[in-house]
Amino acid sequence: MEGNFPEIQLEIGKYVENFVLWLNDVLEPFFDFIFLIASRAILSIEAGLMFLPWWVFIAIIFVLGWRFKSITAGVLYAGFMFLVGTFGLWDVLMTTIAIVLTSVITSLLLGIPLGIWMAFSKKFSFVMRPLLDAMQTMPSFVYLIPAIFFFGLGNVAAVFATLIYALPPVIRLTDLAIRNVDSEVIESAESFGSSKWQMLKKVQLPQALPTIMAGVNQTTMMALAMVVIASMVGAGGLGELVLVSINRIDLALGFEAGISIVFLAILIDRVTGGVAERFQKHRRAD
Amino acid sequence: MTVKMRVEHVSKIFGSKPKSIIPKVRDGMEKDQILEETGHTVGVYDASMDINQGEIFVIMGLSGSGKSTLIRCLNMLNTPTDGSIYVDDENIVEYSPAQLKKYRQDKIAMVFQHFGLFDHRTVLGNVEYGLEIRGVDKEERKKISMRNIEIVGLKGYEDKYPGELSGGMQQRVGLARALANDPDILLMDEPFSALDPLIRREMQLELLDIQERLQKTIIFITHDVNEAFKIGDRVAVMKNGKVEQIGTPEAILESPANEYIENFIADIDRSKILQAEHVMIKPNALVSLKDGLNVAVREMEENGISSVFVVDRQRHVQGIVTIDDAVNGIRLKKSLSDVITTDIHMVKKDEYVNDLIPKALDSKYPLAVLGEEDRLEGFILRVHVLAGLVGDDIEENQTSTQAVTI
Repeated sequence: MEGNFPEIQLEIGKYVENFVLWLNDVLEPFFDFIFLIASRAILSIEAGLMFLPWWVFIAIIFVLGWRFKSITAGVLYAGFMFLVGTFGLWDVLMTTIAIVLTSVITSLLLGIPLGIWMAFSKKFSFVMRPLLDAMQTMPSFVYLIPAIFFFGLGNVAAVFATLIYALPPVIRLTDLAIRNVDSEVIESAESFGSSKWQMLKKVQLPQALPTIMAGVNQTTMMALAMVVIASMVGAGGLGELVLVSINRIDLALGFEAGISIVFLAILIDRVTGGVAERFQKHRRAD
Repeated sequence: MTVKMRVEHVSKIFGSKPKSIIPKVRDGMEKDQILEETGHTVGVYDASMDINQGEIFVIMGLSGSGKSTLIRCLNMLNTPTDGSIYVDDENIVEYSPAQLKKYRQDKIAMVFQHFGLFDHRTVLGNVEYGLEIRGVDKEERKKISMRNIEIVGLKGYEDKYPGELSGGMQQRVGLARALANDPDILLMDEPFSALDPLIRREMQLELLDIQERLQKTIIFITHDVNEAFKIGDRVAVMKNGKVEQIGTPEAILESPANEYIENFIADIDRSKILQAEHVMIKPNALVSLKDGLNVAVREMEENGISSVFVVDRQRHVQGIVTIDDAVNGIRLKKSLSDVITTDIHMVKKDEYVNDLIPKALDSKYPLAVLGEEDRLEGFILRVHVLAGLVGDDIEENQTSTQAVTI
């Protein structure tokens, strides 16, 4: 037929697949190394959390809520965690927190320097922008596939997929925050003869911190969302139970796991939000 | 008077190829035309000025006149497209990055229009910043900063954050921060224009006070003519990126270089800028107490005046004697000291004319103007002070009435 699309075939998916396979081949020692470190990190965080007596953990949650929000918030969040325990999901909760923490810490370690670099280099920013757009709009399930290639099934693959998904907000907001520091404040730091490093350390980063903290908050929330999806590549934790309950059509289990994730999300969002506000405290209203 | 900073033919043009624009401006192309045709903005063109050690040099102009661009060239926040800036005979435009850093740390500090404070640091932390950058140790830093916080009158506020202070207080922090580095040169970019008028006046006076004590070289930017003439030892007027006139406030008032400046200074309140010494008349005739009445009468006759000041050997004013009193005195065989009037007002030579109005209204005689050690330097006719109230021109009155009234 005339109206049909001509027979031109560009198998871009194949090329990408080949590229990833090639990458996997060439960088195998590197990925093995990453795998080792990441699995160690997750395991030690998990072990650390498990080692804590349950009431110490709940007390820590209470103190966090109290310091960064209010005493009622502290009681509420501690209550949430206690409830999750009563569902019989305590250990699973610890696994989820361990994966989220590992992903978030890695995201920040990578994302903040990348954001700073973007703020200072137009060229780098020009390259990064479309990449970040793609990272944020690509359906998150797609990241699971290379994760399996590189790291096999399990928690490390989950952290990798989560990392790619959760990284953009902290990079973007760090970049934005540093570029948005008031120009007169920059000029005044410059007029005193600050070096680039002094300027960054003493003025730009502290001034940018409230916005960066907003990025941390977003990154953490996205990491939590992704950890559930990442259960498809064998991540343990609450997400795994959600997946199991879908397969078994087990509404009771699904609800318990689901509501536990909601509790955790509220806790993480409010506490990181509270930290961000703390940094904002002395700022002018304008 | 030594020249602290010499600005020579400095131009600053913004755009992708700024150097290529210089010849166009030289050929007389207008700023707007250049922007339209080439996309370049002419910030400053061919500005030259000498700034003396210890003076307050004001650069005045409306917004867009290039004054803020120019002041930012003086500490290289803007790199001039063309020209040289000599500070203590070194061309700062050719400084290496390391030299420039040192210049900014040691010699020059800046106060900003919107304060440019670090709102994540306390008042003390802000004032300490420059010292911290220079690597001054903690104890010393705190000592110097506290002293400067006290100078600007913020003692007790050192642990507050800038966000907790009013605008006027924030600018005091800005000033203390600049002073803490003990710079030779202080750049002030419209420092008081974000403040309300009452606070602004207070800050102006305080700046003059501080300057009297510290004797810095201050370069002060403003769009406010009254402010410029009040605090400036000399004033440069800028328009469209070019310097139109440089001179003392009195010189500019007396002979504006062109119509633009004439218009600029038209609505200025001269009585707030001119000081007693600018409107006073140097006395042609003076009488000393021991001279006696006959000498007094002869002096008045010769000079065609109706009263004369009586002084002692150190030129300290003893009083005034009028022609009527003198003639009466001679008839009644009195001495000069019997007939002089001591009921006269004396003013310092640096008092503003505006402040003399109450005294002029109160007195029947000319005001005596005292200089160093209270010696008589001149006198002011009441009409010269009061004429301002009805809008007459002081200079005209001065010449026409000099010989008649006294």
